[in-house]
Amino acid sequence: MTVEHVTMAAPAEIASGRPVRAGLILFALLAGAAVIGALAIGPFTIAPGRVLTILWAALTGDAAPGVALRERIVVLDVRLPRAVVGALTGAGTAVAGAVMQGVFRNPLADPGLVGVAPGAALAAVAFVVFGAPLAMLLPAPLQALGLPLAAFAGGLGTTLVIARLAARDGRTQVATLLFAGLALGALASAGTGVMVFLASEQQTREFLFWTLGSLGGATWLKAALAAPFVLGLLVASVFLARGLDALALGEAEAFHAGVSVERLKRGAVIAVAAGVGASVAATGVVGFIGLVVPHLARLVVGPSHRVLLPASALLGVAVLLGADILARMIAAPAELPLGVVTALVGAPFFLWLLLRRRAFVG
Amino acid sequence: MMGMNMYRADNVSVAAGGRLLVEGASLAVQPGRVTVLVGPNGAGKSTLLKAMSGEHRLSSGRVTLDGVVITHLSPLALARRRAVLPQAAEVAFPFTAGEVIAAGLMAPDGRDGARIARLLGEVDLSGFAQRRYDSLSGGERQRVQLARILAQLELTRADAPSYLFLDEPTASLDLAHQLTVLRLARAHADKGGGVLAVLHDLNLAAMVADEIVVLAQGRIRAAGPAGEVIREEVLEAAFGVRVRVGIMPPGPFVLPQNVHWAG
Repeated sequence: MTVEHVTMAAPAEIASGRPVRAGLILFALLAGAAVIGALAIGPFTIAPGRVLTILWAALTGDAAPGVALRERIVVLDVRLPRAVVGALTGAGTAVAGAVMQGVFRNPLADPGLVGVAPGAALAAVAFVVFGAPLAMLLPAPLQALGLPLAAFAGGLGTTLVIARLAARDGRTQVATLLFAGLALGALASAGTGVMVFLASEQQTREFLFWTLGSLGGATWLKAALAAPFVLGLLVASVFLARGLDALALGEAEAFHAGVSVERLKRGAVIAVAAGVGASVAATGVVGFIGLVVPHLARLVVGPSHRVLLPASALLGVAVLLGADILARMIAAPAELPLGVVTALVGAPFFLWLLLRRRAFVG
Repeated sequence: MMGMNMYRADNVSVAAGGRLLVEGASLAVQPGRVTVLVGPNGAGKSTLLKAMSGEHRLSSGRVTLDGVVITHLSPLALARRRAVLPQAAEVAFPFTAGEVIAAGLMAPDGRDGARIARLLGEVDLSGFAQRRYDSLSGGERQRVQLARILAQLELTRADAPSYLFLDEPTASLDLAHQLTVLRLARAHADKGGGVLAVLHDLNLAAMVADEIVVLAQGRIRAAGPAGEVIREEVLEAAFGVRVRVGIMPPGPFVLPQNVHWAG
């Protein structure tokens, strides 16, 4: 036994032998690079150094020397809100995926499984078709909020119904939660299909935003609406991490180790529903991030949620903003829906994971 | 006061699927003592252990720790006083052995690498901290889990005795490691803790137990020191086979080749 090794390495790394610290630093650098890239890249490219100058000037309130007003406007008013909404959605969706995988004790779980995403999408398209009169009831400055609020309520509501269905004798049965989630998700998707029939052509185009996701409509208002719920999920994940680690050992084992398993599961589902509901309200449904990002993070920092959750948040920012850069560049000047890009990259990756997993199992 | 400073079941019954699995069982696990549950398959041994650990709901009776009904304690408060070795534990993600131990510890200093390395050494798994749990054999996993619950109890209050619950701890172990587990159980009792174990092997039971409790068809049929309980008529009534019990210092033993086929 090498005593030096034991005393010098970080505690997490002794238990795991994984490059936890290096992995977190790597993901943080990737997230930072993606943010700078999201601000720099576009039809009007601005050098990363200038982006940093503009950001620094905006932060300190100084004048930025040698920066054109046009560059300032593009970075601060056009691309920054988009990057912030993207970062919130990326971090929120990825952490939600990691938390759901922990609750289901299954690395193939996804936030979509508890009905958040399909429920939110259905509520959004229903609002597009039927909601205009409802929006009139709101005071004028809040009318723009009708749609995201409907999406949020739809996501949370679907999840609560599913959680209710899965509760028996005061305990949440994970298998029932899974099947109820699949059933209600399918039902919500069918409902979205019905809406497509009822919708006008113009409305159908708007549906694309909700079902395939996009950062195109990002505004500071949307960022401000999503931020409290996504940040709430990130903060909650800090408190959930220890319990999720124990839950990986089994439900009975987690209880024996001192975890209030029921409280953990309920807290996790509600935090995920709120975070994902708010994300979908801001950007529509962006698939595969919640499934693939935690996997990638796990490959580097290992499955312990205490490091996996922050790693997923950072990598989620990097992957979502990276996908958005691709979505803007591939068919420029047109934009591909973000969900199309994440699915194009995510689905083959997911298949590869499945095959790799099968090779492991036997 | 009654029931102070011990972990006890009073008149406990457990029902599942309309059937009584355990009926009116009373027993006390005391600090400094090893209590072993024996009995035929389906006798309710594991069910009784799960009822006492808080995992199973009771249909009647009560389980108390130092006089306090355990359902009145938070899972965390209970976990500070008792740890449970599961029968066969699958872990959901590709954890290493060291991560499995850390994962079960709710205490903030649970990830102390030196402690994890030392506890793995105690279960004869030195140097296994970074091995993948899902690549280990059944017996090795069992011992990682044992190291995990020993760690859990090490991080608990030092001022009150802690209780170790072992559900068939020797099931997938070779002889040497069966003895390792029982030695650790014995050591826990000798340090002032209490141990409740389900064992199949009557000889191991007789060797390690201060008290043996015989269960059959959900009821406690006999309880006491090995010398009083490992007797031919008790075993025949409980297991439905006639065996011959020999006595050799320090205690009784049962040899399979002495079996008389019943009937």
